[in-house]
Amino acid sequence: MTTTAPAPTGTGAPGRARIAARHLRTDTWWVQPAITVAVLVSFIIYSTIRAFEDAHYFVEPYISPFYSPCITKSCQGDTFPELFSGPAFLTPAIYILILPLGFRLTCYYYRKAYYRSFWLSPPACAVAEPHTTYTGETRFPLIFQNIHRYFFIAGLALNVVLTYDAILGFRDEHGEWGHMGLGTLILLGNAALLWLYSLSCHSCRHIVGGKINSFSKHPVRYQFWQVVSKLNGSHMKYAWVSLFGVALTDFYIRLLATNAFSDPRFF
Amino acid sequence: MTYQAKLRVWRGDAEGGGLRDYTVEVNEGEVVLDIIHRLQATQAGDLAVRWNCKAGKCGSCSAEINGRPRLLCLTRMGDFDENEVVTITPMRTFPVIRDLVTDVSYNYEKAASIPGFVPREKGPDGVHRMQQVDVERSQEFRKCIECFLCQDVCHVVRDHEDNKKVYAGPRFLMRIAELDMHPLDNLDRRKVAQENFGLGMCNITKCCSEVCPEGIHITDNALIPLKERVVDRKYDPLTWLGAKIGRRPHP
Repeated sequence: MTTTAPAPTGTGAPGRARIAARHLRTDTWWVQPAITVAVLVSFIIYSTIRAFEDAHYFVEPYISPFYSPCITKSCQGDTFPELFSGPAFLTPAIYILILPLGFRLTCYYYRKAYYRSFWLSPPACAVAEPHTTYTGETRFPLIFQNIHRYFFIAGLALNVVLTYDAILGFRDEHGEWGHMGLGTLILLGNAALLWLYSLSCHSCRHIVGGKINSFSKHPVRYQFWQVVSKLNGSHMKYAWVSLFGVALTDFYIRLLATNAFSDPRFF
Repeated sequence: MTYQAKLRVWRGDAEGGGLRDYTVEVNEGEVVLDIIHRLQATQAGDLAVRWNCKAGKCGSCSAEINGRPRLLCLTRMGDFDENEVVTITPMRTFPVIRDLVTDVSYNYEKAASIPGFVPREKGPDGVHRMQQVDVERSQEFRKCIECFLCQDVCHVVRDHEDNKKVYAGPRFLMRIAELDMHPLDNLDRRKVAQENFGLGMCNITKCCSEVCPEGIHITDNALIPLKERVVDRKYDPLTWLGAKIGRRPHP
């Protein structure tokens, strides 16, 4: 148990019960933030390496979600129109990853996760945070958390592209339709998880009906709101599973592209 | 089965105090409030504790048990190991009066400052009409028993006394959400929620939802929806433009 002296404000503020300990919790409250840090740091390291690797992201007929839509003229494969030639140090992934990164960074669930685990604000419930001042999301840069809905809409567009990529997976390596491999299943699963994560988003819940006060006057939007509200109850689960899904899908395609593994074809 | 529980109870007042050790008999099925009452009856007749219904409905016996904000009457002694020392303190966000009793007037001041229900005009038949689906969201928030555990655990005021001036806390932001979602309320509360009651201070870390004894989804169903409504009003240029040209009034 931590027994450092309390700050002059906070639980040590004048008039409050004089208790020196920052907290009196006896459970393993630190496990959850520690796991969050470990998983998110691992993902950031892996995705950064892959984003700058600029190789092994395409193998007929699959493309990695880190590089899709691939929009520069230096792209491997032909899954999306190549729109421009960027500077050499910017890989095709950099242009795309900014959108899912922004979506997850401003996500209401991830905000909770990283405020607690990285910024320790608070590290856990009823465990004092180390900061002496606090302004929340009222000032720059955190006031930009309020643009989450725009990243949500951009995320929907990306989901359409990744679903299209999964459909392209029903071709063989010669471009012939009517085939399927393990990679097709993985791309489909990845797209499905990303749809679930996006559609369970709190901004989505607001847009489809949450902003309405008289549901009885908007029965269709009320039905949508009910469906999204149900999904929203599992938003945390979808946030984590879809994060793993994207990384594992990319890793699978890297294995195929480096000939470390051969894609099992079903038909 | 009866056993002797080891308790550490905070005793004192605003001038000072500390944790004192006690050993108190516990019988099967008892809750922490029962043990506090037995302690009061047998060893510490001057122990101050606020309680009323003993059924989790009055919100009086809020305290912190092993560092976690909880109701004394809803915390079973069976949740703890018989050899475990159970530490009971007053809520650490509010000024202490004596022992386990705190001064929660901060909450009543915030409650009084929130603009009340402003009904819109009655319909042509002279009555207000609304459907059950229109008020279901608000009804969840009406389950609040005002135990103020959510206010106690919220780090915005728990760890920053200065913020009490500008932050209403989850319970009263939920009240604003309740009114803003009400189909008959005629006041646009989005601007004041952000500017007068400190909604932007909330960083949605969900401790309020975790400690709510009524199981109200304070963060997901009140605070985040209210934040999204504030975005409509203050931060979303497209929605703002829509409202300006009269196509998107506050629904």
